[in-house]
Amino acid sequence: MNLIQKARMKSPWILHFNAGSCNGCDIEILSCLTPVYDIERFGAVNVGNPKHADVLLVTGPVNRRNERVLRNLYDQMLDPKIVVAVGTCASSGGVFQNCYNCMGGVDKVIPVDVYVPGCAAKPETIIEGLILGLEKLAKMPSKPKKGAQPAEART
Amino acid sequence: MSEGTSVPFGPQHPVLPEPIQLRISLEDENVVQALPALGYVHRGIEKAGELNDFQQNVFLVERVCGICSSIHALAYCLAVEAVLGLEAPKRASYLRVVWMELHRIHSHLLYLGLLAEAFGFESLFMEFWRVRERVMDLLEMTAGNRVIISVCTIGGVRRDIDAEQARAIREELPKLRDEARRLVDSLLSDYTVRQRTVGKGTIPAALALELGAVGPTLRGSGVAQDMRMAGYAAYGELEFRPVTFPDGDTYSRTAVRAEEVFQSIDLVLAALDNLPEGDLKVGFKGRPEGAALARVEAPRGELIYMVVGNGTKNLERMRVRVPTYANIPALLTVLPGCEFADVPVVTLSIDPCISCTER
Repeated sequence: MNLIQKARMKSPWILHFNAGSCNGCDIEILSCLTPVYDIERFGAVNVGNPKHADVLLVTGPVNRRNERVLRNLYDQMLDPKIVVAVGTCASSGGVFQNCYNCMGGVDKVIPVDVYVPGCAAKPETIIEGLILGLEKLAKMPSKPKKGAQPAEART
Repeated sequence: MSEGTSVPFGPQHPVLPEPIQLRISLEDENVVQALPALGYVHRGIEKAGELNDFQQNVFLVERVCGICSSIHALAYCLAVEAVLGLEAPKRASYLRVVWMELHRIHSHLLYLGLLAEAFGFESLFMEFWRVRERVMDLLEMTAGNRVIISVCTIGGVRRDIDAEQARAIREELPKLRDEARRLVDSLLSDYTVRQRTVGKGTIPAALALELGAVGPTLRGSGVAQDMRMAGYAAYGELEFRPVTFPDGDTYSRTAVRAEEVFQSIDLVLAALDNLPEGDLKVGFKGRPEGAALARVEAPRGELIYMVVGNGTKNLERMRVRVPTYANIPALLTVLPGCEFADVPVVTLSIDPCISCTER
């Protein structure tokens, strides 16, 4: 593990995007940042700029309107990056199976690394999902191999 | 600049937990026009409500909005109960009040924290959310889940609050009241906070009524309108008066919500004191036939559910009118004329819930 990888593990910056969720998971992600759960002890900070972020937390089943925004955000994040689908509807569509405007999960649009279950996902589970994602991030090379194509959103 | 500048505010913005876009036209630093671009959270829940069984719908409508979820379920259950001609048992009505008011406390504390963050008062945001965790613990203890608590069902409630849980709530809420009082005092009396909120985004009472604003947005303009006064569930037997503040600005709307936290604490304690013995739910046979309307007070204002049944297990139509939908016209009327730096604070002051609005 080189210095950059080590530093990345200790300061995973988070970008949060609500892709049509009911807010339940979103307020739980915010709860993670506040004193009781305090995700900052792992160095994680919520940032607004996708270019600064290492981890993308997505909630919601993704609909046809915000699909483009989600893909945009993903493409703007620099490699290596981790996508965590938070909540049942981000993982599979959940209770919104019957809804005509839902794509049924984040993995229909961008590659997902960690699925966090729960409706709404509890802060403890979200933190565990983040830690699992970081373990995956640690194994990723900080520089892509020569000739390797970056992971791209499916079109 | 004579041409003016156009700024897209959202759909992904750190101040908003939800995606909504406001297309804002600026003349120097002043807003001349704000146009919302919606649809980022539209899922099609009203249609899904016709495809599902009417009993499954209770779980679907709870997920219209995660912040006031149980209140959506209550409104739906009241509407279906009206169609079926049911009346929930007394104990269930009181338990409903307890859970709805706990939900209101958590929603208002959430708003107060987010507002503090919107003008950069980060530490107060953290403090409000720390206090809010006390309510979340109570919800988890009594209902088993933190946010979406699934307690209401058609004909009553699914869970009971036993004596030990009631004692724990009675012990916890006074502590919460003391802590919240300290934070609310520092929020409302702080010089910087007043500079950012007093006189910003003023909605006069006549305009609020004309545009059909509801809930704390309307009460912040001095109009005492609260659907709980209609006396659904057990509110008719509990004493309370709607909180109003006269000025109609961001500060007034915030003060209304802050005071309602304490009002809700009193209501929970009163409901627990008067909790009658009895059944938790009534059984029923048959399927809904006919139409009914239910109006309840969600944390953001009046929430309306209309249910039309046709005698089958699927509903003919389910219509949801949510409070934020009624408050957006008022917001769009006051945004022009604001300074650009005030846009996040004024937008947040109606406590917008986009996932409610777009369903």
